[in-house]
Amino acid sequence: MAGLSNGVNSSNEHIEQNMEVLIYGFVRSINLVLIAVGFSFAYGVSRLPNFAHGAFYILSGFATWIFISNLGINYVLSIIVSLIILATIGAAMYRFIFIHIRGMEISEIIASYALGVAILEALRTRFVGTGFTNPTFIEGTVKIAGVPIDFQRLIMIGAGVVLVGMVWLFTHYSKVGLSMRGMAQDERAALMLGIDSDLTASVALATGSALAALAALIILPLGNITVNEGYEVLINALAVCIIGGLGSWAGTILAAFFLGFAGMITATYIGSNWEAVVTVIAIILVLIFRPSGLLARQKELEERV
Amino acid sequence: MAKQIGTFERRKERLDRGIKIRTERLYAILGWQEITYLVMPRLTLILGLLVLPLILGMYWQKVLCSAGIFALLAISFDFLAHYVGLVCLGGAFFTGVGAYIVGILNSSFELSPAFTIPIATIGGGLICTLLLLPCLQLRGVYFAMVTIIYPIAATRIIVALNIWGSTEGISGLTYFPNVWIEQYFILGIALIVLFGLRRLVGQDYGIVLRGIKDNDQAIRASGMSIAWYKAQAVFIASAIGCFAGSYLACLYGWSGLSSFALDFSIIPIAATVLGGPGTFVGPMLGAFILTPLSEMLRAIGTWRIVIYCIILLVFIVYKPEGLMNWAQRKYHQFEHWVEV
Repeated sequence: MAGLSNGVNSSNEHIEQNMEVLIYGFVRSINLVLIAVGFSFAYGVSRLPNFAHGAFYILSGFATWIFISNLGINYVLSIIVSLIILATIGAAMYRFIFIHIRGMEISEIIASYALGVAILEALRTRFVGTGFTNPTFIEGTVKIAGVPIDFQRLIMIGAGVVLVGMVWLFTHYSKVGLSMRGMAQDERAALMLGIDSDLTASVALATGSALAALAALIILPLGNITVNEGYEVLINALAVCIIGGLGSWAGTILAAFFLGFAGMITATYIGSNWEAVVTVIAIILVLIFRPSGLLARQKELEERV
Repeated sequence: MAKQIGTFERRKERLDRGIKIRTERLYAILGWQEITYLVMPRLTLILGLLVLPLILGMYWQKVLCSAGIFALLAISFDFLAHYVGLVCLGGAFFTGVGAYIVGILNSSFELSPAFTIPIATIGGGLICTLLLLPCLQLRGVYFAMVTIIYPIAATRIIVALNIWGSTEGISGLTYFPNVWIEQYFILGIALIVLFGLRRLVGQDYGIVLRGIKDNDQAIRASGMSIAWYKAQAVFIASAIGCFAGSYLACLYGWSGLSSFALDFSIIPIAATVLGGPGTFVGPMLGAFILTPLSEMLRAIGTWRIVIYCIILLVFIVYKPEGLMNWAQRKYHQFEHWVEV
């Protein structure tokens, strides 16, 4: 009898663990979507590789932390202020850096990466160690299918879905979004139709940076804000974009879910140290079999050799 | 508006000195003065580097060694980025692989640096090329994206598998016999790599590589395999990087996770942009400027990397030709104002 109940218990635990993997894998995937959406927006839509993405992410987290803890500003207001600051930084980055080197890919990558590293390392001199945490939006947890999950993660899922939907609508149905895609597809034709190239590009970079900030503000309350996470975020965003194929929203989402569940399964059943290994193997396999990403059709010939 | 179109505008006219005939590196030499004119810059560099160890103190001799390491890495970055069109943001991966090969060979098989360094250079080059092989189909942004991941992933994998000393690294490796071998070894190799690569890119082989950068479909249409040439170029660059890494391991008697550190990716790029992309000698001089600078700035810690990045940004945006291209222009051309 004792043996039987033990067996039932362990199988229950087993199911619970599987449910946990399912739910937290979903959470992690949405997390990756949120991280990647800003980078994918700037590059996929306007061909501006923003390698300072991770730095902007962390910068907005620390900016909010300073506003709340040091200056005592209300949470909602400080979120809005840091979003505005990051959007301004994105636009300024285009005005002062990208505008000079537009079209020279090597320079664009190096310049934006250098800016990102400069921001992150400058933050490292001030913010050492742990203890920098932004408050969650709503306290408390609920149980879904026996797995406890806090409200912040639920908000994150909602925000992720809404954000991707809005970005998709913006790029496909709004005038500004359409002009961005026009610039990416054929710059000369777009110029002839009266689209201001520089203005469009700075709007794109500003939006991309604001999206990075928004992702940070939603995700960062779940843990400590550390400088190293800036590099993590950049790498994760790049991994999602490489696997999904740049310029394809469906690909980005698919890749985020693929990496999210792969990472979650590895972390649960093998060990959390192995996550990075899985990411690298996934990237290499995708590159071997589909060099332009899972779902990229746009510019397939050009990026492949 | 009228003033801009007016006839009184001046511009700088640049004329090549008469010694150059039509193409690069083909000269009409009329006497010893012109020979001196051509040989002087090269001789100054070589002799300058060979004399430096004799006049520097103990501390700066070590700095010279690490400057040599960064010079090699910068040349390797310059070669890949500006002659093959592959921007490698993960130069640290090469140094790490080189350092770990030396560490493993030295701690397990007791091999001396005379054996470990050549093995690490060739073997490391092969390993890096093999691992980068899937990415060789990519260009520009895509290649940069993937290479950024490599060094970080390598440290994670080493920690995850808990091998090769994990976070502690492998210590107690054999040092070089004395400081003179240390210095002249790295300086000699740096000079050989510098002039060797300059010669290489001037050959037909170099033209093919540049063709891959500028118009790869033309190379393919000529019946040459792009992937094969890219693999060769990556092997050359990564072997140079692995050599630098293996030398590093022998210099400090230690190889660990910090062989994959961000410094080995960023400083060479900064040196290249500062020194003059595409010249090889520029990146080398850039490394010899930046490394002592970073030693002087050691007191301010992390701010060093911030300063590099700012130098990098300013040069890439406002002075993209770098120091060496500027100096070469001044040296080889007359300039004077003409009215247009």
